[in-house]
Amino acid sequence: MSIEAKGINKRFGSFVALEDVDLTVASGALTALLGPSGGGKSTLLRIIAGLEEPDTGTVLIDGADSTQLPPQRRNVGFVFQHYAAFKHLSVFRNVAFGLEIRKTPKAEIDRRVTELLELVHLEQFGDRLPSQLSGGQRQRMALARALAVEPKVLLLDEPFGALDAQVRKELRDWLRRLHDEVHVTTVFVTHDQEEAMEVADELVVINHGRIEQVGSPDDVYDRPANSFVMGFLGPVTQLGGHTVRPHDIEVLTQAVTGAIGAEVTRMQRIGFEVRAELRADDGGEPWVQLTRGQAESLGLDVGSRVWLRPAPHASVLTSR
Amino acid sequence: MPKPTRPREEFQTPAVGVVGSRTTRTALRAVALLYVGILVLVPVLLVVWRTFKPGLGSFFDAITDPLAVHAFRLTGEVAGISVVLDTVFGIGVALLLVRYRFPGKRLLSAFIDLPVSVSPIVVGLALVLVYGSSGWFGGTLDRAGLQVINATPSLVIATVFVSLPLVVRAVVPVLEQAGNEQEQAAASLGARAWTQLWRITLPTIREAVTYGVVLSLARCLGEYGAVLVVSGNIEGRTETATLRIDNLYEADLQTDAAYAITFVLVLVAVVAILVAAYVRRRQEASSAA
Repeated sequence: MSIEAKGINKRFGSFVALEDVDLTVASGALTALLGPSGGGKSTLLRIIAGLEEPDTGTVLIDGADSTQLPPQRRNVGFVFQHYAAFKHLSVFRNVAFGLEIRKTPKAEIDRRVTELLELVHLEQFGDRLPSQLSGGQRQRMALARALAVEPKVLLLDEPFGALDAQVRKELRDWLRRLHDEVHVTTVFVTHDQEEAMEVADELVVINHGRIEQVGSPDDVYDRPANSFVMGFLGPVTQLGGHTVRPHDIEVLTQAVTGAIGAEVTRMQRIGFEVRAELRADDGGEPWVQLTRGQAESLGLDVGSRVWLRPAPHASVLTSR
Repeated sequence: MPKPTRPREEFQTPAVGVVGSRTTRTALRAVALLYVGILVLVPVLLVVWRTFKPGLGSFFDAITDPLAVHAFRLTGEVAGISVVLDTVFGIGVALLLVRYRFPGKRLLSAFIDLPVSVSPIVVGLALVLVYGSSGWFGGTLDRAGLQVINATPSLVIATVFVSLPLVVRAVVPVLEQAGNEQEQAAASLGARAWTQLWRITLPTIREAVTYGVVLSLARCLGEYGAVLVVSGNIEGRTETATLRIDNLYEADLQTDAAYAITFVLVLVAVVAILVAAYVRRRQEASSAA
């Protein structure tokens, strides 16, 4: 089921949360709304869910105008950053909630909920209260609860934001696999570019209430539309008036035409990675990212004289 | 945005020893005990002693006297109706104050607390000015055949007026802490406003409501000043238990009977406070989790 948002504007007082936003999400896709905090991505998600009303613009879900529909009639599954677990209900009753209020027969509820609890690996925890679960388990419960009513679209607002790094990583893989199984159109909000690129089919980069770029993770990473997108998706450095990724810089031990001479001023090793800071002859201070092996074979050390140029495949933006 | 739920350890306060030395703690304890002892415990125990000094027979005679029974029944009726109204309006006002933004919200919030700071006598007089036969609505009410002042309705109004804040103030912080994400989640799952209220909001504030209602019940049973003014203090008609105590004590000089009724009220209040303490403990246990 596709989602389409057209000409969305939203202000909170004098703060412009969204400005003229157009978004299309293809049926069955897994899309990430990516951007810094306060950029408007959560607001856009909440507008799609009907939890927030746009000042202007329309929201189409599965082709039908849903702008005026209250959230309970949009058939949208929503997952909150802080789980929004129903604290007084057991895990089972949490997942059953949407079915219970639809007056689904009890046997059917039992069957569906058991199935969903298996899907999210919580089949042992049906009788527990949410307070007796870990954060990751609570979020899986919230997902099962949202999926129980067979929503047309699944919306997740920073679903892993409150979890620690380890659990976060597990849940990402798990969400990806879940989506491959369930195929429901899914949009999730994140400010973590790694998470977005790892999980999503498509990225929508949002900043200051505007969409900066839409594309596949590779697309957006390799062909960023502007320096904001480039900088947000990964580290960047300045080389000879260009913005370039520090791992896309070739380090040469001999002068070549077009390469800029530089001297290594600092070396830092982080696991398998080596970061070298340099002072270029043109006065710039680029840094490069190398593997430990590369750095060793180049014999790189503080004071080494090298020449730098963007690698042939590198994405390069000319600085203003 | 609500706080993320964190493991419980983080909420634990540092060990008491860190805060003050042993002597300070002992001294503070002594002050608290002294206060409770002199101002609360000794007087209450004296009431008990005084009540049973004339003997059990006289106690039972006093509380089964028809006028006493009438007073108890009236107090029970008024408190019962008032508590129901307190619950409905208290939850409504609390929801309004926490969940909605509207002009005059702070003013409303201040007005809710007014009965706590204003003397109940003033409340009573104000009600007479509005509902009395020469008051604002008095004429209209008279023509409709409704007597408010010097009758049960005025007792209920006065009692609700002074006890409503207890429910509102118990519920507001719990609503604030809970946020409304659970309701939003319920909405996205298809729950309409009524279902959200019934299945999510009320269970969430259940303990707080119970706590507030128990406190307001205690207040309703004990209300004197406002009731004295609006009731007309008519023996056998509008005389509540508290009025009866004073009438027996001051006018009729039947001190033994006055203490008997006093004892019953004290007993009910103590039970109410024990219930409130129990509910509060459960509330803390469930919100800490």
